[in-house]
Amino acid sequence: MPAVKEIQEKMRARAGELLRDGGVSMALGWKRGEFCHDPEPAFFESEAELDNFVYDGFSSPLLSKYLIETIRKDKQKGEGKGSKFLVFLKPCDSYGLNLLLKEHRVERERVYAVGVGCPGMLDVDKIRAAGVKNMRSFDETETEVTIHASSGDKTLARRDILLEKCLVCKGPEFAVQDEVLAPGLPSFEGGDRFAGVTELESMSPEERFSFWRNELSRCIRCNACRNACPVCSCNKCVFDNPQSGVQAKSNADSFEENMFHIVRAFHVAGRCSDCGECSRVCPQKIPLHLLNRKFIKDINAFYGAFQAGADAEARAPLTNYEFGDVEPGAVVKRGGGA
Amino acid sequence: MQRIGVFVCWCGSNIAATVDVDAVAQAVKTEPGVAFSTNYQYMCSEGGQAIIRNAIAEHKLTGIVVCACSPRMHEATFRKTAATAGLNPYMVEIANIREQCSWIHKDREKATVKAIILSRAAVAKLNLDSPLTAGETPVTKRALVIGGGIAGIQTALDIADAGYEVDIVEKTPTIGGKMAMLDKTFPTLDCSACILTPKMVDAAAHEKITLYTYSEVEKVSGFVGNFTVDIRKRARSVDADRCTGCGDCMEKCPSKKSKSEFNQGLSNRSAIYIPFAQAIPNVPVIDREACIKFQTGKCGVCQKICSAKAVDYEQQDEIMTRRYGAIVAATGFKTINLGRFEEFQYAQSPDVITSLEFERLCNAAGPTKGKVMRLSNHETPKTVVFVQCVGSRSTVECGKTYCSKICCMYTAKHAMLLKEKYPETEVYVFYIDVRTPGKGFDEFYRRAAEEYGVRYVKGMVGKVAEENGRLRVQASDLIADKQLVIEADMVVLAAAIEPDPSARNLATLLTASMDTNDFFTEAHPKLRPVESPTAGVYLSGVCQGPKDIPDTVSQAGAAAAKVIGLLAKDKLVGNPCVAGCNEPLCNGCSACELVCPYGAITYEEKTVMDHGVREQRRVASVNEALCQGCGACTVTCPSGAMDLKGFTNLQIMAEVDAICR
Repeated sequence: MPAVKEIQEKMRARAGELLRDGGVSMALGWKRGEFCHDPEPAFFESEAELDNFVYDGFSSPLLSKYLIETIRKDKQKGEGKGSKFLVFLKPCDSYGLNLLLKEHRVERERVYAVGVGCPGMLDVDKIRAAGVKNMRSFDETETEVTIHASSGDKTLARRDILLEKCLVCKGPEFAVQDEVLAPGLPSFEGGDRFAGVTELESMSPEERFSFWRNELSRCIRCNACRNACPVCSCNKCVFDNPQSGVQAKSNADSFEENMFHIVRAFHVAGRCSDCGECSRVCPQKIPLHLLNRKFIKDINAFYGAFQAGADAEARAPLTNYEFGDVEPGAVVKRGGGA
Repeated sequence: MQRIGVFVCWCGSNIAATVDVDAVAQAVKTEPGVAFSTNYQYMCSEGGQAIIRNAIAEHKLTGIVVCACSPRMHEATFRKTAATAGLNPYMVEIANIREQCSWIHKDREKATVKAIILSRAAVAKLNLDSPLTAGETPVTKRALVIGGGIAGIQTALDIADAGYEVDIVEKTPTIGGKMAMLDKTFPTLDCSACILTPKMVDAAAHEKITLYTYSEVEKVSGFVGNFTVDIRKRARSVDADRCTGCGDCMEKCPSKKSKSEFNQGLSNRSAIYIPFAQAIPNVPVIDREACIKFQTGKCGVCQKICSAKAVDYEQQDEIMTRRYGAIVAATGFKTINLGRFEEFQYAQSPDVITSLEFERLCNAAGPTKGKVMRLSNHETPKTVVFVQCVGSRSTVECGKTYCSKICCMYTAKHAMLLKEKYPETEVYVFYIDVRTPGKGFDEFYRRAAEEYGVRYVKGMVGKVAEENGRLRVQASDLIADKQLVIEADMVVLAAAIEPDPSARNLATLLTASMDTNDFFTEAHPKLRPVESPTAGVYLSGVCQGPKDIPDTVSQAGAAAAKVIGLLAKDKLVGNPCVAGCNEPLCNGCSACELVCPYGAITYEEKTVMDHGVREQRRVASVNEALCQGCGACTVTCPSGAMDLKGFTNLQIMAEVDAICR
């Protein structure tokens, strides 16, 4: 297994090749951000631009969703018809691409998907919590990360500073790809991803309500969760559409943020691949993934295990009808729905 | 701004006893858009409708809210009233303050508050209503009857006699159903075959009727007047056009160990077989599971000896696609499995039989040529015990809660037939109640008890046990208040009847609803008993609920009358409350297409103008003739691009707002 740096160089070289003579007009990857811990999604149109290309333990943002706008803009230009776009996919992002393909948001023939192994992405908050101040650079291996900071150098176990979403990794397989550049890396054992949901379920309705009121009260409606979510991709969101009547309603009182997140959770129910981006990008650290995981847990319980985005064809349980489908009464029998 | 009239109905005392109707009328006066409100004893009566018509004219109303019973009851009535007065009929909203309020509440004060809220919601919705115009669709003038028992045959004959084409789809190799298995029929004791077989012949010979036996409905799409149905014609392995029905193949077939379905497993049949002598069509079918040729490849006797060259081992199932205007479910019943009623020893003792098996034993064409005998030793039984309500009116899990309705009468018939044939036999009937509500029924039962000396005992049999080659029947006599022990030679169980298992799958295909016992639900239990709530789907016979032959035939005729009424129309007025797509909002995700039960949504590449930008996009498109307005698409669409006319997202929201205000 090559070190992360080696993967980065392979990616850079392959992107160069494909841009030069691989029939790919643009590559989606990451470029260095303001700090060493915030690489950002970027478009690369020439080999020269690839100098900025970066792939490391902080290349957490998923890229597949950017294909929607990229392809749309390309179509509007009316030129370069049929040109392909290279997208680098970590295993978890491949589920996102499948969902976009399934919902016809992206045409398969316009995408060249290159799978890249992922060592598990790092959580800068956990690093800070470990006492690191003013992080300047870092060296990483699959098991350890050494931080160089004004507070001094510090070596931390990778497992201890992983993002929550990487602790419940779906594994190193790619749900969709055209080639795999660096094979997947073995994922970390994260334990039960529904533990948080089970804990919420054990609360009384009043406790649960106040838990969510408290969490959601921090929401500043920045829409980061919506923008990062691979399936929250409506041309026009109901919350941006004055004609829907939803927007005015959600602005009316202090229930605003609650309603936004409840409606969003319903809209992505059965489509959420549990990529964890919503919680990762939330500047207010609201555990939004718990809402989605509650839906996933219930869907699994009622309809059998289902992984959204595992393929681009299977009908999702909530938009399908089968003879043996559970009756609505099952919720009541289980003790819920009162 | 609308000018709304609100009309609060008392429904005699149905609403007025629980809801202060005047208070409701007063309360809604101040709602936005309300120009007039009043209350009246019976809004649906001519007097009530006149009040509405006059108010529309006098107050220049643009829409009306009627606070009354369920819209299922009188929405159509009030739409007509509005139309007569010059309003668009879709500018009518019903606030259901009867079924959803007065009937389910006792506290007058609280019920009144709720009625006001429901009325307010209807006003809020009406404020956003806009006039709608219904389209028209043509009617395919052919009916499909599913099931070829007496119910299906009668319905088909009645429709065909009115001049319309009918197809009967029957899953077994012959039409005739359960009635063909019966010996005599109560209360007249005429022979079942003598009255049924001529009808079977009529159906087969009728120029307007086509029979598809050994066939099943596989797929149904479309809607009232325009159904498209895939029928699977299972391979008979015999060419029906060539076969002469000579029966040589059956005689020579070396595989003769299969249980005869027609004789309830009391006799054997060959692998190539005609279920019974009067079967229609009189063409054998090869049971491929039992056929040596199909199982081992070695045999082929039937093909060799068939002089008509009709046996065809290569024959394949065939799928036919046919169009119909109406569909009748006539799927009938079966007796329940008695395996779990261990106290009666049905599975253990050959001398414990079901009534249907007894029916075959009595029948001259049956496995014993009409000789009633113990199956264990072929002797004539001297003491016979009939047990009623086996699994009917039952509280145990393996039984049914309902009354099977036919058992009291056929048991009286069986007891009488037995006494007629073997006057010396001692006959006991154990019953919970004897139910005889039918023409000539009570007289019939009394004849059995009084003239024939059948011993009716009120009480249930607790246990049957085999002892020294006889059956020891332990039972209680509730009237004498004592325990009885009877040494019997034969026990006949009146097994409960249940809908044929194929009905459940059919209900799914037809989107027709069922009750908890899998009987089809009627559109209205009293006023529309032969129509299913799904338009264009009708119910005939026991698939709707337990029935005897006279009831079945009456209902079959009634279903036919409804079908004829539909097929007589050239065009149907459609439902204008259909879905539509707001194209700039559509993501092209196909979620609506997936959930649409009517196949009404397709996707197309289209140029869409979105804020001045012209784009080629994949967008949903609704076929308004296919859309039934169920609204599944609107709730699935995440962006709100799908909306339902007459029930727009904004209208639903306005109703919720009005309720939560």
